[in-house]
Amino acid sequence: MGPKSVVVLAAFLTAAIGPRAGSEVNEGRASALEDAAERAMAARQLNPHHYEARRAAQVVPLYLNTRHGSPFRLFGLQTVHAATVEDVGDSGRRYQLEMSVQEIITETTEKCSAEVFFPGEGKQPSPPQVKVSPLTELLRVDAKAEEEALYQRYRTKDPPLSAQYLPDSHGRLDPDMKPFWHLCIVASSFVMLSESTEGTLYNMAQVASITQLPTENEQLKFDGLVLLHDMVSQEIPRWKLLFTWSPAGGVTVLQMEQQPRCPHC
Amino acid sequence: LHTIPYDIISDWMNQIVKDHPDLVTRVEYGKTYEKRTISLLKIGLNTEAKKKAIWMDCGIHAREWIAPAFCQYFVNQILQSYKTDAKMQEMMKNVDFYVTPVLNIDGYIYTWKDNTTRLWRKNRSLGPSPDCYGTDLNRNFDANWGTVGVSFNCSSNIFCGTNATSEPEAQAVTYFVGTRKDDFLCFLTIHSYGQLLLLPYGHPNYTASNYEELMKVGQDAAEAIKKVHGQNYRVGTSPDVLYPNSGSSRDWARMQGIPFSYTFELRDNGTFGFQLPEDQIQPACEEAYSGALHIITYAHNQIYSGAVAVTAVTLWTLLLAAGVTLM
Repeated sequence: MGPKSVVVLAAFLTAAIGPRAGSEVNEGRASALEDAAERAMAARQLNPHHYEARRAAQVVPLYLNTRHGSPFRLFGLQTVHAATVEDVGDSGRRYQLEMSVQEIITETTEKCSAEVFFPGEGKQPSPPQVKVSPLTELLRVDAKAEEEALYQRYRTKDPPLSAQYLPDSHGRLDPDMKPFWHLCIVASSFVMLSESTEGTLYNMAQVASITQLPTENEQLKFDGLVLLHDMVSQEIPRWKLLFTWSPAGGVTVLQMEQQPRCPHC
Repeated sequence: LHTIPYDIISDWMNQIVKDHPDLVTRVEYGKTYEKRTISLLKIGLNTEAKKKAIWMDCGIHAREWIAPAFCQYFVNQILQSYKTDAKMQEMMKNVDFYVTPVLNIDGYIYTWKDNTTRLWRKNRSLGPSPDCYGTDLNRNFDANWGTVGVSFNCSSNIFCGTNATSEPEAQAVTYFVGTRKDDFLCFLTIHSYGQLLLLPYGHPNYTASNYEELMKVGQDAAEAIKKVHGQNYRVGTSPDVLYPNSGSSRDWARMQGIPFSYTFELRDNGTFGFQLPEDQIQPACEEAYSGALHIITYAHNQIYSGAVAVTAVTLWTLLLAAGVTLM
């Protein structure tokens, strides 16, 4: 690899991970370097403790839940260390984040870089796009034994699982139900990710109900009603979810449908 | 430490008065929509002097159960601390603490009704549309009312009411604090969740005249919180760290001239949210107490640390003036 190619590669890598405070980009002759320079200058530094960075960062653990979440593995936002945002023409806004993500059950934390792209207001609202640098520590968290045990236990469960209000009003959870609370947070993450915008901040407030359906294609199958909380509107959106899980397959959401608002709730 | 139904909180308030007759009185200062009596505990040494005051309210939002638990913890803690801590003894002599364990009593009781009502936020007043209940009390105060971060739709969880201070719960606070506003050094309103210390104002175009000081004191309070159990609390105005809003009690208090006005958003960060488990109640209260005490102590010291020197100067001035008149 010649020296010019190395410089171009470095510029691409810098552009992919994001501009850092005080970083300089050479006014290079290669157009790739010029593009990278323009992007770095167009990106606006954000206060990592403020709402814009926080809302964008909240999306990252949701994304990680959809890819790697299980009844024994769950991700949450710890801290935002640095953030920038830039307009991408008319198509939307891109956030570059330096942040710490936590695996909630083991309380393991890992730093990572992430990119969150929120599409602009189009005819069809569409979900944000997320890229995250590889998480070696968090994904090393080994839950295989517990996952397999849970899977085998419920594969032919009779009677099938049926539970309501996880956790209860006092934050209490039956130890046997805890993995299913986690599982619903993972399934909810698909909805929350899909619904996230720069004007929302989602958490799952409570599982109203979860019912196990017959195992299908070696996947445990569930019908759930989850209550989400959007911090910005302070509303409790209600979603019906049909989803499957297995240790090998992870979580798949087959159907998601928002339910009407409950006026007395 | 547990979260407790309202009747038991009310009984507890009476018990505190019985146990500390020299320090505590229960003051009734308004009625809820459903005609329940709103009351606070006034805590401080009975002196002849006109005393400065510290305000704390909990449970403006019904579902934030950790907040009333914290008000109870706070009261128990200052009374306990008074027995042995010289600084607390000094503060009880100089200031009165006014603590309302549950402001939105109707809403709080409603959240205890059954599993479906646990996440209610607002009060329980009947709105302008049939079968539409509840105003967000923290959008109902007369502070840039109805401008940002609100809805005029009764079914919304941030419905700001038909008018500024339309709600009896907001009226109670407005009247009680408003008629004593020059006495108050500090106005703390307790909420959950999010782990934040919010300063005025909720409207992005308004900055408090003592913004720098509020930030510094807030950040020092967050450091005090972190020392207890390692939890991070972010500090800033609502539009900066969370979202713009109007009609909050915090903004109203600041506009009355009460210098140290903060919203506390307690644990957690969203894992359990409003249903904080029992084993987190005690640590959540311990850390919040540390933060609140920092702000209260700072506010108290603004007035009272130099008091001895000021009194001496005043005395000399009087003596000299008397001497001059005699001559």
